Amino acid sequence: MADFLQLLIAGLATGAIYALAAIGFTLLWQTSQTINFAQGEFVMLPAFFALVAMHWFGLPFWLSALIAIGCAVILLGLVFKLVIVDPLIRQGVLPLVISTIAVGLLLKDGAKEAYSAEAHRFPSIFPDRLVDVLGVKISLAQLGVLAVALAAIAALQWFLAATSTGRQMQATAQNPGVARILGVRVERMVMLTFVLNAALAAVASLLISPIYLVKFSNGETLGLAAFVAAIVGGFNQVRGAIAGGLLVGVIDNLAGAYSGLIGVSSSYRQAVPLALLVLVILFRPQGLLGRREERSV
Amino acid sequence: MKKSLLACLVASAAALPAAAQDSITIPNIIELSGAGATVGNNWKNGSSLAVEEINAAGGILGKKIVLEFVDTGSDPGKARAAIQRALDRKPVAIFGPIYSGSVSATLKLTADAEVPQIIGGEAANLTAQGSKYIFRTSFGQNVSMPKIANYLRDEVKAKSVAIVYVNNDFGRGGRNAIMKELESRGIKAAADLSTESGQADFAADVIKVKGSGADAVFVYLNEEESARFLVEAKKQGLDKPLIGETTLLGQKVIDLAGAAANGVRGHVGLTVDAPIPAIQNFGKKFEARFKYKPDHNGVKGYIAPYMVKAAAEKAGKLDGKAIAAALHGLTITPDKVPGILIEATWDATGEIDRISFLAEVRDGKQVITKVLPKLKQ
Repeated sequence: MADFLQLLIAGLATGAIYALAAIGFTLLWQTSQTINFAQGEFVMLPAFFALVAMHWFGLPFWLSALIAIGCAVILLGLVFKLVIVDPLIRQGVLPLVISTIAVGLLLKDGAKEAYSAEAHRFPSIFPDRLVDVLGVKISLAQLGVLAVALAAIAALQWFLAATSTGRQMQATAQNPGVARILGVRVERMVMLTFVLNAALAAVASLLISPIYLVKFSNGETLGLAAFVAAIVGGFNQVRGAIAGGLLVGVIDNLAGAYSGLIGVSSSYRQAVPLALLVLVILFRPQGLLGRREERSV
Repeated sequence: MKKSLLACLVASAAALPAAAQDSITIPNIIELSGAGATVGNNWKNGSSLAVEEINAAGGILGKKIVLEFVDTGSDPGKARAAIQRALDRKPVAIFGPIYSGSVSATLKLTADAEVPQIIGGEAANLTAQGSKYIFRTSFGQNVSMPKIANYLRDEVKAKSVAIVYVNNDFGRGGRNAIMKELESRGIKAAADLSTESGQADFAADVIKVKGSGADAVFVYLNEEESARFLVEAKKQGLDKPLIGETTLLGQKVIDLAGAAANGVRGHVGLTVDAPIPAIQNFGKKFEARFKYKPDHNGVKGYIAPYMVKAAAEKAGKLDGKAIAAALHGLTITPDKVPGILIEATWDATGEIDRISFLAEVRDGKQVITKVLPKLKQ
């Protein structure tokens, strides 16, 4: 039972980070019908910004983390929207999707060439201590990661539901035409979505990098996990992305630990979330908490 | 004007073969990106340093060495294609790959082409496939695992061991070899955990190890994964002795894992912390040049050009077949070839024999606790 609880907490901690990245998929999809296949690289890159600030400019970690979030907001939010999305969205969704794949490759190889192909250590925000929760030793670092990720998600939910700007963003997502008639500055709301996505990706980067180490190829794993999470939870609902992220994190951990009990090698661990993805697409294509979307010709 | 231009072109064309004859190109086909980037970059820098020294001293049999680096991306398929392309130019030797899976995919090509291949791979089966052209720069698992098993029995006093290995040729080879050695010493395998190359999250594996009740944990992963495992083990409060090979106690792992590497123990075949002045001097030279401390792959890369130099000078010619024949049974000593750093002998299968070390990580530094002699004195 103790093992199960530890696995659950560890899975929720990783899953909460996946959720942060998965929310980005849903936010961009809802407001601009964009699927950003560079999302994994958006999570990979801010840790490099922080490393540059620390190692090249000798800045302290807390300041480097803030700079990383700032750089992510400017480059992965504003510049990405203005330079890549705006010109290409007019050509349709497919050219944009392909362009995001190209952006992902560019960011990945850019990080490799500009910094290094090797992995790098990244400081943890939380101490490596164990705390006793109901008689079970739980890592304080995992609880901290879980708390920060959930706090970021809660802040986003509050912003979307309780502020005027958030409600305008929701209106833009639901029907941009009507929102525009009602006086909502749709372009500004879409831009804000990209900025929010970049900020969430940067937070995910700062939380995951002490575990994964900082490496140019991290985006592959993170992007896939977040994409699976968004599909499983529901691509058109933020709450779906949250649920999907947590579910993928927990299932991945439980599969790693218990697959042997049902006679399956733990080598198949990586396939389990993908199997879940296939099942969801087959039996509930809109995702566990997603909304069915119908389109007519 | 036209005549002088023509004369220049003719003179340049005539000079080209002469320039080409003044140097030999050795393809260095290694893991410069992907999961093995740490390994490959250490090797690259080590071999570059050695080649600069050899060239400054006149080269090999009067010819300068040019290293041609090719990135395998840590992919055996790419490694095979790169070796095939390199062999078309009939080099006198090939360096790399370092990952055992990539070596396994390429060793028949070099054997058929009769070109010596100086490898970094440690999987036990590499030298058991009958190639006369493959030569190790580090111990195979058939040599290192009995030493680890003895250490677990005699020093750690473990009755049961949890094994965590990476599911590639290197990891599976090590896992099979240690299982056999543990069984023959009456040590039980309390857990047998396969992990993936490039795996990022080890939380589930550490929790399983904690639940196994093993007296010690044998960790046999590549460097980056070793570091991630150690970070997770510290976070989860895993308090059993963590025992491993060079890939657990190497400098890169210590750099990546930080304080989480403290207390790790095991057997290392090569380390710049060895109590040998020549190898320590190499470590200082490397660090001064590349601004970081090399791990064992840096040493492996460094000795590879010196192996070719010593064998070519013994053979008296720069010919792949002659170099391979000269390396079989050759003992290279630091008094004759200082760049070899530690006396080493290659047998008829290309297996290396030299002294090795028991080590422990204390305060972020690898400390040698015992020197183990060569197997065949």
